[in-house]
Amino acid sequence: MNLLFLVTLFPLLGAVLLACFRRMPVNLAAIIGVGSMGLAALTTAWLGLAFFAADQTPYVQHLWNWVAVGDFRLGFDYRLDGLSLTMLGVITGVGFLIHLFASWYMREDLKDQTGYLYTRFFCYMNLFVFSMLVLVLGDNLMLMFLGWEGVGLCSYLLIGYYYRGEANAWAAFKAFIITRVGDVFLAIGMFLIWVQFGTLDIQTILIEAPSVLAEGALLTEVTALMLLGGAVGKSAQLPLQTWLADAMAGPTPVSALIHAATMVTAGVYLIARTHVLFELAPFTLELVGVIGMVTLLVAGFSALAQTDIKRVLAYSTMSQIGYMFLALGVQAYDAAIFHLMIHAFFKALLFLASGSVIIACHHEQNIFKMGGLAKQIPLAYACFLVGGAALAALPIVTAGFYSKDEILWLSFASGHTVLWLGALFGAFMTSVYTFRMIFVVFHGKANLHAHAPQGIAHHLPLVVLMVLSTFVGALITPPLAGVLPELEIDAGHATQIAVEVLAAIVAIVGVGIAAGLFLGRRRLMTSLVESEQGGRVWRFLHSAFGFDTLYDRLFVKPYLLVARLHRVDWIDALINLFPGLAKLANYGLSASQNGQMRGYAATFVLGATIVVAALVLG
Amino acid sequence: MILPWLVLIPFIGGLLCWLTENMGLKLPRYIALASMALVLVLSLWLWATGDYQLTAVGDSPSWSQEFRIGWIDRFGITIHLALDGLSLVMIMLTGFLGVLAVGCSWSEITKRVGFFHLNLMWIIGAVVGVFLAIDLFLFFFFWEVMLVPMYFLIALWGHSGSKGNSRIRAAIKFFIYTQASGLLMLLSILGVVFAHYYQTGIFTFDYQVLLDTPIGGALGMVLMLGFFIAFAVKLPVVPLHGWLPDAHAQAPTAGSVDLAGILLKTAAYGMLRFAVPLFPEQSAMFAPVAMALGLIGIYYGAVLAFSQTDIKRLVACSSISHMGFVLIAIYSGSALALQGAVVLMVAHAFSAAGLFIISGQLYERLHTRDMREMGGLFGRIGALPGFALVFVMASLGIPGTGNFIGEFLILFGAFESVPWVVVIASGGLVLAAVYSLVLMHRVYYGAPKADTALEGLRVRETLMLGLLLVLLLLTGFFPQLVLDVSAQSMTEVAQWFSVPSSLQ
Repeated sequence: MNLLFLVTLFPLLGAVLLACFRRMPVNLAAIIGVGSMGLAALTTAWLGLAFFAADQTPYVQHLWNWVAVGDFRLGFDYRLDGLSLTMLGVITGVGFLIHLFASWYMREDLKDQTGYLYTRFFCYMNLFVFSMLVLVLGDNLMLMFLGWEGVGLCSYLLIGYYYRGEANAWAAFKAFIITRVGDVFLAIGMFLIWVQFGTLDIQTILIEAPSVLAEGALLTEVTALMLLGGAVGKSAQLPLQTWLADAMAGPTPVSALIHAATMVTAGVYLIARTHVLFELAPFTLELVGVIGMVTLLVAGFSALAQTDIKRVLAYSTMSQIGYMFLALGVQAYDAAIFHLMIHAFFKALLFLASGSVIIACHHEQNIFKMGGLAKQIPLAYACFLVGGAALAALPIVTAGFYSKDEILWLSFASGHTVLWLGALFGAFMTSVYTFRMIFVVFHGKANLHAHAPQGIAHHLPLVVLMVLSTFVGALITPPLAGVLPELEIDAGHATQIAVEVLAAIVAIVGVGIAAGLFLGRRRLMTSLVESEQGGRVWRFLHSAFGFDTLYDRLFVKPYLLVARLHRVDWIDALINLFPGLAKLANYGLSASQNGQMRGYAATFVLGATIVVAALVLG
Repeated sequence: MILPWLVLIPFIGGLLCWLTENMGLKLPRYIALASMALVLVLSLWLWATGDYQLTAVGDSPSWSQEFRIGWIDRFGITIHLALDGLSLVMIMLTGFLGVLAVGCSWSEITKRVGFFHLNLMWIIGAVVGVFLAIDLFLFFFFWEVMLVPMYFLIALWGHSGSKGNSRIRAAIKFFIYTQASGLLMLLSILGVVFAHYYQTGIFTFDYQVLLDTPIGGALGMVLMLGFFIAFAVKLPVVPLHGWLPDAHAQAPTAGSVDLAGILLKTAAYGMLRFAVPLFPEQSAMFAPVAMALGLIGIYYGAVLAFSQTDIKRLVACSSISHMGFVLIAIYSGSALALQGAVVLMVAHAFSAAGLFIISGQLYERLHTRDMREMGGLFGRIGALPGFALVFVMASLGIPGTGNFIGEFLILFGAFESVPWVVVIASGGLVLAAVYSLVLMHRVYYGAPKADTALEGLRVRETLMLGLLLVLLLLTGFFPQLVLDVSAQSMTEVAQWFSVPSSLQ
């Protein structure tokens, strides 16, 4: 257990090495970048064994005193318990597979580029994993915040990885700023917690919360609301969701690791970690569920009208995280974390497979320019089928069925009927947009010639993730019993089966509708989109409900206006009036000293007159 | 006896530089480097051997080193130097930035090298004097000595700017701002001394004696404002910041490094050492105004920084924004926030120095400071963009750098007494991210203007930036290195705030 620090040390060392020796050969960079992740994954496996051998007792490792000013004491402490172990497994396990795949992908991607870009990529990736691990292991809120901001930084760097593209750079910018807004809320939440609890130690806060915070009081609600603000930003939920779709500008393995499997789930982790605070703030807790539901619907609708393969997946990520939020909102914490894990499996699979498709199609990302790829790249097709089925939660065989239907069932059983209905409708849309994508990409007429990717670094991660996305993955049970309370429900077994069957039917109907609309000639859809009303709806959905335009008008434009008004420093200009006045007086007075007799005489007479007048009249 | 040498070494070194000016370009540089290194080593030695953590807690400040000889006995003026944790931190910083300033002008300055280093050394010497002097007259003396060489540095070796922003104009602006505010401080010092004289019949400029002189009412307020305005100009506090962007943009790199790194910090030091302890009651009354000014500074500086096109002006305006946090910390009266201010001052010195050095290096390669003419530099200048990234991230306060620790300790500390101020200040963190990333974006991202590779970093340049980077991370992960040294001094300052309220 005392090897816990090693799991973060390996990626950190990898990042430092890659940063210091930028000119190393590509192969060495791959060995360091992937190898450090492999070592981290092995350490996690060892930690997992030790954790279960020790009867799942949480373990805290104190590394050094970080800050100690009076009562304000923070240690650089890691905490291993069931929740952080689960996250650790996802981050290092899925992370290792994605790194391995990336060693292939980036080599293909950077064929005409120098090796330096390759080291930079793995440097950022390793640094990301380090930050993410600190985020989930940190035992106090400040340490967690360190990881929290660190992953944001790496996300920024990796979105803007192709730095020459103006659009990529702005996408990175946008992602950083919007998540930063959330981070400020989280920071204020931390200030509130510090003032009320006098500590930032998470476990102490959880234990003392019921005695310190009054249930449902305004201050309690505000505290929880601030934490929620942070979570919403990082996890791309309404209203801070707009950055995620643009974040797809980064390399595809980045989208898989950061914008699907790990970083965007940090918000879910945060709420689960601090669930006690949310339970004391019923309004905010309810809000968590509502935000989840609204997001999953908005994202689902938006996904229906995307043409870029990665953007479809991005919106599906948003909507799946919406499910996790919904689960948190109905206090089904372990269902949320379970779905987080399963989602990491199948979404990583889908993203990696889409990366494979993109390389195979020579960097084409528009699904309507693909088509008929099933025969040309069968492995990617298989991956999409398995991953898509899991995403749509097709019954029995897929992992997604077990995780998502637990959320649906628990939201129903806990009496949140509206949330349940929304989630059910979302499940229907999920299978429609997922299979729309699969049918358009892999079926129909072949539009371009694809070359099938080769190599173990390409195949192995896909196959492993494919297996994990089937019911095999669902056999993994996260050891959450000691960390998160279980939801008590008193509904019967028969009701549960009925609800689950209903969900299964909805998913299958969705696939059927997708097949009807998008297999074959797609006549109905074409005419719908081409009609005036349909086109308007399509554009509205395509722009994801126009949030970008709204925020542009509300925040960006006004700020730019303010900035433009401050090209001139007004305060400085005002103070510069004084030297201006002095100069003016100087001009006036020196103009009067012109050496002309009549001017002097006139002034003299005028002055004398005034003095005499003053004397006489006064 | 080590204290007077800390002050004297730079002055003597500077003279030597000047005298050896005709003996080649190298010699003055090596002399300057050696004397700066000596100051740094001496201060590090003081740090290693002294104990700054657990000195006796009493009413009067507890110095760990003192030096005192008479000067003008008639008015009770002495050469009285003293060292505590706060001044030690500042002196270590000064020594380190002095070494950097010499290092970054190594190839930039080729004209009148000896005289240049004379000015550079004398700035450093005067700053060390400011940090050590606890005789008010001596403090004022060093305070004024600081700006004369700085004036020459900008006027003689500065960059010529655009739109009539000549270096002479910038230098004169700098001089008038600081000189006029210095006059106010002199009046306040005399006011304090005379108040003491009327109470006791003794002339003295000694800090420790004057601390026990209660000056109440309106007179105290006026005298306090005299100190405050003098320091506010230097910090700078909006609306007295006008000299800063010009001075920075026009100064040579070494000048900017010293300005941002240590000259601004003398102002914060002055508030902590003089303005607050001499007038605790009035400071407590004035605190809301000061904090409001801090908030205005945070936002105004951020907006100004965002709208700049000159890279050095952007960094300069960002300093205004950062110093807003320091101002809030000083007047919040919380020991935690004050400690944060110390860390932020140190970390900001590192990050701003790094950014100014990088701007200088960009200028040497591209011969422009206009960001509109840059762009796409990520792949063109070796490791420079990597360093730039770290310093930019530090300036927006990413965790892992000292700036984060500083800003967050300030916010945590101040939250208890002034929650709304902290909430508003936190919004500044977003704007800090906006202007910092815009810098990154305009200079390093986008399509390159040309495909030729520019000259990479030389060993000297890599060494300087690398050192700054390590120190930034060190203060981010092990802030106790700084906090332990300054703890005692900051607790005392916080006590000054709490005393008047407990008396009532």
